[in-house]
Order: sequence, then C-alpha cells, then structure tokens
Amino acid sequence: MSLNIFVTEETVAGDDDGPLAGKTVAVKDNISTEGVRTTCGSAMLEEYVPPYDATVVERLKASGATIVGKTNMDEFGMGGTTETSAFGPTKNPVDESRVPGGSSGGSAAAVAAGEADLALGTDTGGSVRNPAAFCGVVGIKPTYGLVSRYGLVAYANSLEQVGPIGSTVEDAAALLDVISGADERDATTRFDQSAEMDAHPAEGSDYAAAADGDVDGLTVGVITDLLEGADDRVVETFEAAVSDLRAQGADVVDVSLESLEHAVQAYYVIAMSEASSNLARYDGVRYGLSTGKEGNWNDVYADTREEGFGAEVKRRILLGTYALSAGYHDKYYKKAQDARAWIKQDFDEAFAEADVLATPTMPVLPPELGESLSDPLQLYLMDANTVPVNLANLPAISVPAGEADGLPVGLQLIGPKFGEETMIRAASAVEN
Amino acid sequence: MSDTPVDAEEVRHVAELARVNLDEDEVEEFATQFADILDYFDALDEVPEVDAEPDLVNVMRSDEVRDCLDQSEALENASDAEDGFFKGPRVS
Repeated sequence: MSLNIFVTEETVAGDDDGPLAGKTVAVKDNISTEGVRTTCGSAMLEEYVPPYDATVVERLKASGATIVGKTNMDEFGMGGTTETSAFGPTKNPVDESRVPGGSSGGSAAAVAAGEADLALGTDTGGSVRNPAAFCGVVGIKPTYGLVSRYGLVAYANSLEQVGPIGSTVEDAAALLDVISGADERDATTRFDQSAEMDAHPAEGSDYAAAADGDVDGLTVGVITDLLEGADDRVVETFEAAVSDLRAQGADVVDVSLESLEHAVQAYYVIAMSEASSNLARYDGVRYGLSTGKEGNWNDVYADTREEGFGAEVKRRILLGTYALSAGYHDKYYKKAQDARAWIKQDFDEAFAEADVLATPTMPVLPPELGESLSDPLQLYLMDANTVPVNLANLPAISVPAGEADGLPVGLQLIGPKFGEETMIRAASAVEN
Repeated sequence: MSDTPVDAEEVRHVAELARVNLDEDEVEEFATQFADILDYFDALDEVPEVDAEPDLVNVMRSDEVRDCLDQSEALENASDAEDGFFKGPRVS
C-alpha cells in the first residue's frame, strides 16, 4: 500500500559536489521549486508551477543534494495530521492506521520510510516538530530569521520558518547548516545593508558539529505546565528520557510559565488573522484555480475560493477575518499580541534559570486516521506544546525519546534565540 | 457561553467580507464550530496588558534595478492574459 508521501515525484539533481552530495532530500509542497508544481496540498494550486526557486531550494541544489519530490501536507499548512490535504492523507510509516502528524507529514514520513535521507518542512505552530515526533525522526524549527522564507508560500509570516528533518540530530543539523543564512530577498533574515553580512548568526556556526552529545553541566528546565494535560504514556517516556540526560551529567530543574495557558488562543488568533490576509491573493486571475465562470469580479472571486479551498482553510480565513473585523480587533487580535509579548517575557525569565527547556513534543500519541477531523478545536489543542515556541520566535527541536505502546514519542528541546548549537548538543545526548 | 455569539447570519456576513462562498450546510456547521472556538478564544480577556519593546527594526536596501521575472514568466500561471497583462472578470 502506498503511504501517499509525495504529491509530485520528480528528481532534480543538484551540483556535482558540496556538503550534501549523494544525499536525497524531499521538499514540502509549499516551498517553491522552479518548473516543478507546488500545490500547498490545495486544489487551488493543483496546476501551479513556480517560475523561480525558493532560496532554500537554491541552497539545496548548490549543496549537491538531489531533490526526490514534493511532499504531501495539510492544505496551506493548516492542520496537524496531513488529513486536510486535497490529495488525501499520508499514512504514518510506523503504523499505517495512524496519521503521520502535520502539517509537514509527507516530509517526516519520507525520512521515516527511507524515501529520502533528509527533508524540508515548514513550521508555523509545530508543523515540523509534530510530524517528526509522530514518525520517530528528528525535526528542527529554527529561530525566526535564521532561514530565508523567500519562495515559501505564505500562511502566517510572523510565525513560520523552514526547518530540516533527518533520521538523526546530526543529519538534521547538517541540513540546517546548508539552508540557514542571510538572504537579501527576505529582510527578516536580519539582512541589513548597513550591517555586515557576517553579522548573521548562521555565519560562524557549525550546527552539525554541535551534535557531540556532551551535556555535562548543562541545565535542562522542564516546563511543568505542559506536562499536566499530556497522555500518561507520553509523560512516562518523556521523564525517562530526561532522567537519562541527568545520568549523563545534565542538571534538571522545573520551570513554570504562567502565560502558556493562553498560547494556543493567541497562536490561533494571530495565525488565522495573518492567513485571512495572505490567502486573499488567491483570486483565480494571476495564478491558481480558474473556474472559467462568467460574472463580475467579486462573484467570480468568491466562487473560485469556494471551489479551491477545503473546509479547514475556509474556517481559518473566516475566523481570521472575524478577529480583524471592526469591533473585534481589540478583543481578539490586540489581546493575542499582548499574550505573545507576555510569553516572550516568560521565556526570557526561564532562560535565566536553564540553558534549554524540555517538554514532550506532542501531548498525545499519533491519532488514528480519520479520528480527529470532526472537532477542529480539539485538533488545535493538540498544538499546546509547540505553538509557544513560534510565538516567542525561538528555536526548538524534536528528537525521538522512545516508544509507548509501540508508537514514537518525541522530546522537544527549546533553545534561547539563535541558541541552535546548545539545543542541538542537548538533543544529540538524547540519542546516546 | 461566549459573549460574542455567532449565528448563521454572522457567518454569512464574514464569508462575504472574506469573499468565500459557502453552501448552507457549511454555514450551519461553521456557526456551531465558531461558537466553540470563539468561546475558547474569549479567555484572552484574562491576559494583562504587556509593555514590550517591539523588537522590530526597519531593514532597508538600496533602490537599484535588479534581475527579476520577465513579463511572460509572470503571466505563465494566469488563466487569461491580453497584451502582456493579466485579464480578469469585469469589476462592475
């Protein structure tokens, strides 16, 4: 049986040599590839062929990697199971009756199933770490601004980053070495003509070399607030992995962040608001689905969007429009921004006590296929442990912590801003 | 219960603002789901006002002509074009 990992299987050879020569890489289908269709898992973009490469794709090619295909995903990244894809769900290679997580489910499944050595995903609220945890592989969400978003089809600009997936921490880190860096086409990579290019944090960093497994003397802060709602089997596996870090010489302390109880609310208000604006571009005129219907602009525009978007995308566009509309902006959007600032402050305080912070990546084991689609709010709550990281612009990694009932459990380690090397070092010790 | 109740009429209004047509079943389903979701979002009321320094800075680049997509590349994905322009439905 096919796992439905790829939307488009096509081989694009990279340069003859480079740090990733001989490696195969799967690319999430919301990352633009010149001449290879890029659907975002949506009927709206079923036939869209980008005329240019995303910066991360240019860097992949220059690194000698071979791209093997474009991977399935929740439509426009909106989901945590890869079931909202217009191209059908992807199955989890570890247990085909279960979801691979999402939204980068195809990318994580590609690595877990051996269809690619490495993969690129994107992480807006956990979309790299969630499927990495559910498929038993490693996924990194970089600090906002470490990796260029040029050519990433936008969902929620202020939250999303492209991130690497690999079988080991060192593999994923080596891919981060390739894709990170300043890009004059994305101002949020801290490119500034008045500053020197080498001021970018990726310059002088060697992420793969940081995977040396040495946690002696490192302080790991366990975020106790995020253990409370989690499945007991997940917590047990998580605690065993943390004990193992302690045995390797790490100090383990408890930390609590009061603001986190508002993280999922703030995340969804901000992500939906940004989505409602970003997805206004799908008008059926410049690119994307054209219904061929006659009529005036507004009618044809609204028809195109009824036909091209799936239910979850419509839900988020509408809720985002609502949250930004007159009379509700202050109540939802402005309060969400306050919550975001509060969460950042809480993380700053936590990093005064610990070098890295630890949580289970997902509070649950991978759901059965079809189990979680009927109740959107329950699905949003599954993101409780991953969204705080995006709201605070921080880096995080999900590394396999072990198994419960034969299913993978991920351990999430969160680093301080641009503290990828420390975070990677700690994650590599989890593999010991 | 949320102090911002959502009914079918409200869903239709927002759908019109967002330019997304919905069928009647979707309107009903969304009204129920939105009530639950907005009720959950209402807990943001408890968030204190936070004084935070915005960590945003203007990033400028010089205004120089650079290589970019040419007109035919920009039109490659358009369903209809005329004289090098996108062609869309009439506006009124």
